[in-house]
Amino acid sequence: MNKIGLIIIREYLTRVRKKSFIIMSLIGPILFGMIFVVQFWLVSRDSEEKYVEVIDESGYFKNKFEGTGAISFTFPDDNLENAKNDLKTNESYGLLYIPQLDLDNPQGVTFFAEKNPSIEVQSSLEWFIKNEIESIKLKNSGIDKEQLDKIKTQVSLNVINITDKGEKEGDVTVALVVGYIAAFLIYFFIFLYGVQTLRGVIEEKTSRIVEIIISSVKPFQLMMGKIIGIGAVGLTQFIIWAVFTLVIYQGALTFYNIDISKTKQMEISQNVQAATGDTTEMPEIFEKINTINFPILIGAFLFYFVGGFLFYGALFAAVGSAVDNDSDAQQFQLPITLPLIMSIMLLSAIIRDPHGSLAFWSSIIPFTSPVVMMMRIPFDPPVWQIILSVICMIGGFIFTTWLAGRIYRVGILMHGAKVNYKILAKWFMMRN
Amino acid sequence: MNILTANNIHKSYGDFKALNNVSLAIPEGSIFGLLGPNGAGKTTLIRIITQIIATDQGSVTINNEPLNSNHIREIGYLPEERGLYKKMKVGEHLLYLAQLKGMSKNESMERIKFWFKRFEIAGWWGKKVEDLSKGMQQKVQFIATVLHNPKLLILDEPFSGFDPINVNIIKDEILNLAKEGSTIIFSTHRMESVEELCDHIVLLNKSEKVLEGSKKSIKDTYKTNTYEIGHKNLIDEIEDGFQIKSQNQMEDGSFNTSITILNGRGPNELLKTLIDKVEVHSFMEKIPSMNEIFISKVQGGAHE
Repeated sequence: MNKIGLIIIREYLTRVRKKSFIIMSLIGPILFGMIFVVQFWLVSRDSEEKYVEVIDESGYFKNKFEGTGAISFTFPDDNLENAKNDLKTNESYGLLYIPQLDLDNPQGVTFFAEKNPSIEVQSSLEWFIKNEIESIKLKNSGIDKEQLDKIKTQVSLNVINITDKGEKEGDVTVALVVGYIAAFLIYFFIFLYGVQTLRGVIEEKTSRIVEIIISSVKPFQLMMGKIIGIGAVGLTQFIIWAVFTLVIYQGALTFYNIDISKTKQMEISQNVQAATGDTTEMPEIFEKINTINFPILIGAFLFYFVGGFLFYGALFAAVGSAVDNDSDAQQFQLPITLPLIMSIMLLSAIIRDPHGSLAFWSSIIPFTSPVVMMMRIPFDPPVWQIILSVICMIGGFIFTTWLAGRIYRVGILMHGAKVNYKILAKWFMMRN
Repeated sequence: MNILTANNIHKSYGDFKALNNVSLAIPEGSIFGLLGPNGAGKTTLIRIITQIIATDQGSVTINNEPLNSNHIREIGYLPEERGLYKKMKVGEHLLYLAQLKGMSKNESMERIKFWFKRFEIAGWWGKKVEDLSKGMQQKVQFIATVLHNPKLLILDEPFSGFDPINVNIIKDEILNLAKEGSTIIFSTHRMESVEELCDHIVLLNKSEKVLEGSKKSIKDTYKTNTYEIGHKNLIDEIEDGFQIKSQNQMEDGSFNTSITILNGRGPNELLKTLIDKVEVHSFMEKIPSMNEIFISKVQGGAHE
């Protein structure tokens, strides 16, 4: 049997059989499921009602604030000083003081509270006041409430993508969420299993098994076997999670019989789930989901998952070979993890302009392309860009494995050496 | 017939010359001592033979063929710094290492069972390596080294970490393997093992070969024609042609004297002379130990 094959199988089996892998496989999807459940709960729960006292010296607002589920208003007949003193003893959340106002330039509105108010409360108070002032102003200029209501208009944009096959409906939100999830998963797995590769190499080095192994196989075979084996473990874990998460999610939906259309967020989650086959409900969203080219998305995901892991895994392996323990590894890990972290930080810019030059370059350069291209795929980037990115990715991991292999073959036999970048360069240049 | 020859090997790491023009020949079936102080280049030489690293210059042949990947199957290597995967089970681990050497699964299983029986450790198959004591792990490593019936065994300090009982077990196995035709390269600092086991040696010092040959011929070369005599009464003087090297009084009052015979005279003549002077209790030729030869060569080298 092929020796790399033997190494891959060993790396794979020893990890898949570990208790920690089995536990993570079970807990991972439960955690994912929990995230959804918590989201439902957060959205659907009635948050505690907050009482806000209002002292209104302007007279514009008295009994105009209707309150919401979250905030209700009382208008005590009191002066400011007394009300402030009462704050400490009564149950109210805070005291809103509105002085005499110049409607064109409202100044001096103050909120007294024992604790800093939440952003939510602050902005809704501001919104209440602003809204009221605006309608007073409108009324003063001769527009009454009824007219105003008529003027207000709701618009939601229908996005149509024009493609070779004709027009199809698109949805930015769906693309965004699908892209973000895919990008984040790639990032997460490269990181998680890259570090495992590093640990694996260090373990082999410190336990001194490595010299026995490389008297039977080439160091490069051992390194590649390890990277591929661990990559396969990552892929296995991902597939288990994906399947489990869907099962749990579906179960939770049926169990709670949650009204899907209640919030936007849930709608989005439903989109992901609908993609797997729940066709009877939500035909509209299902249609939108269909605008995403799933064969390309899944194909790209698998490619960038594997390519990105090979690219970074080799670098992690090289670092592992150069050091004697985990703590020494950290200084060399940083330059590897930096571009990875950067690619996640780039995502928000990519979302704003998925076809801009930043998006283009960062999805071509292999350091960031696995994560960034996954974000772009749902936005249908030009095919030539995908092909270019794929070619660069392949070239990239051939380059990093070559580079890593040269450092690895020397590094694994070096013990107790104080390693710096100059020494790494020397190893790289060293003849076999 | 030599199983292995090395011809004018050079190897440098950067500015450091690890091997400088080293040549040697290892006769088939011998137990070959690869000796030298720390940093002499022994491990580098071994790594070249096991194809872990390549030479800068010079060549190595095994059975008159230049070193190639087929030879990996023929070599069993027990490194000085050795370890196992701690989380693996003993049986699976041995199976893995045997398959990496190129053995089939069935063949490997058979051989593992054979060695398990031989070392009476049949119950170890399912044990995790980390649950074994250090000595037990060493046994597993030894099995891993010999599992594929290598024609050339390279053992680097094979006895370190073993208790005296296990040292004997391993020693017997080494002798047994040699008897069955394996050639053994034996690298160690323990000169008493060299005395006991090796028939040929090479001594490296400061990246160069300083000595090579059969143990007997080397000892013959380094003999100084000196004899140790146990006797009563002091020898105050001795006739020409003999030279007293040292004379010590023992606790019981007897003496221990070493005398070197100079040009052309024989031990019988020395004995005759002595019998006239003192009461001789013992008379023995002083043969230099490997330890003495080692130290004199290495320190001699240091003074050059």
